[in-house]
Amino acid sequence: MLYIPGNNPAMIQQGGIYGADSVLLDLEDSVTLSQKDAARILVRNMIKDIDFYETEVCVRINNLGTPFGLSDLEEIVPLQPSAIRYPKTESAEDIVNLLRIIVKIEDRHGLPHNQMTIHAMIETAMGVQNVFEIASRFPRIDAITVGGQDLTADMNIIYTPDGAGIDFARKRIVMAAKASHIDILDTIFPDVNDEEGLRRETEYAKKLGFTGKAVINPRQIDIIHEVFAPTEEEIRKAYRIMKEYKANTAAGIGVFAIDGKMIDAPVVRRAAYVLKLANIEIP
Amino acid sequence: MKLITASQAGTFESSDVIFLIEPLPENSGRKIELYSTVLHQYGLSFNKIVVDMLDQFEMTDIHLIARDKGALEPTIKARLETAIRRSMINPEASIA
Repeated sequence: MLYIPGNNPAMIQQGGIYGADSVLLDLEDSVTLSQKDAARILVRNMIKDIDFYETEVCVRINNLGTPFGLSDLEEIVPLQPSAIRYPKTESAEDIVNLLRIIVKIEDRHGLPHNQMTIHAMIETAMGVQNVFEIASRFPRIDAITVGGQDLTADMNIIYTPDGAGIDFARKRIVMAAKASHIDILDTIFPDVNDEEGLRRETEYAKKLGFTGKAVINPRQIDIIHEVFAPTEEEIRKAYRIMKEYKANTAAGIGVFAIDGKMIDAPVVRRAAYVLKLANIEIP
Repeated sequence: MKLITASQAGTFESSDVIFLIEPLPENSGRKIELYSTVLHQYGLSFNKIVVDMLDQFEMTDIHLIARDKGALEPTIKARLETAIRRSMINPEASIA
C-alpha cells in the first residue's frame, strides 16, 4: 500500500502506475492544517477522474475528533473508494460513531452499506489495548493497520530501526487480526535509502503474520513484493502437497507424509494459502 | 455567488496550478490572466475549464490569475474550487 500525500497532484495522478496493490490517498498527517480543504477537494476530483488501473484506492481521512474528519467523509464517502482508513482508532465506540456517519451519507446518496470497507489504524497505546474488539466486532472492517510513528510518539519512546518499542503492539495487533480473520498491514519503514533495513523489517513482519506493508516511496514496492510473494520452491512444494492431499483424501487417508515429513490439516491449509498468494489454482 | 475576499489555492509545483482570485466591483466583468508552461498546447482548453467553472459558480465580477505548471483537469478544477470556497463567507458551504 503506497501512501500518497493528498495535496500532491503529480504523485496522485501517477498513483496507478507504480505496481502497488493499493494506494492510500492521505488527507491526514501528510497534509498541513492550512491545506486540508485543498487536499480534500483534490482527492475527491482525482478519484472521480483519474484511472488508477488495477490499483485499489483507499483514502485516509482525519479523525472525527478533529475539525476535518466530518468534511472528509462528506466528500469521500459518496465516491465509494475501496476503503476508508480511519486513523487513531482507539475503541469500538470510535468505529460505531464512524459507521453511523458513513451509513447516513450512503443513505443520502442511495449507496449500499457493504461496498466500501474500513481499515482501522491502530497507533495509540489505547488502541492496542482495545484492538481485538475493534477487529472482531464490525463486518465492514477488513483490515487493521499499525501506525508505528504515531504509536512511538504516543508511548513517549524513541523510534529505533529494530522496532523494539512497538514489538509487543505489533504482535498483539497481528493476533487480533488473525483471530478476526482479516488482513493486517504493517507500518511504514521511514528510511527510503535503507533498502536492506526495509527488507529485514519486511521479512520480520511476514514472520509475525502481517499480510502486507505500507510504503512511502515507490522505490520500496518491489522489495515488499519480493518478500511477501512465495518463492518458486514454496509454490512447488505447496502444489505437491495439495496434489497429494487430493489423492490421499480420495483414498480416505487424512494424514500422510511427503519426503518423510508429516502432512496434516494445518500444513494443507498453509499450502492452499501459498497457492492463493501465487494466484495458482488448487489442483 | 459572490466572492468576499481575495484568496489563493494551489502550488507552483509541477503538475499543479496556483489560482489567485479577488472580487471586482459589480458589473466589472471577468478579468482572467493565464500563465502556463503549456500555454500553446493547452491554453484554450484551460481557459474553457476556468470559464465553465466560473459560470457554474455564477462568478461574474472577478479578477483571476492562474499560473499553471501542466495541471490536469481534475487539479485545475480542484484548485479553482478551493480558491472560490476560501473567498466566500462560509468556506465549508457546499457549492457543488
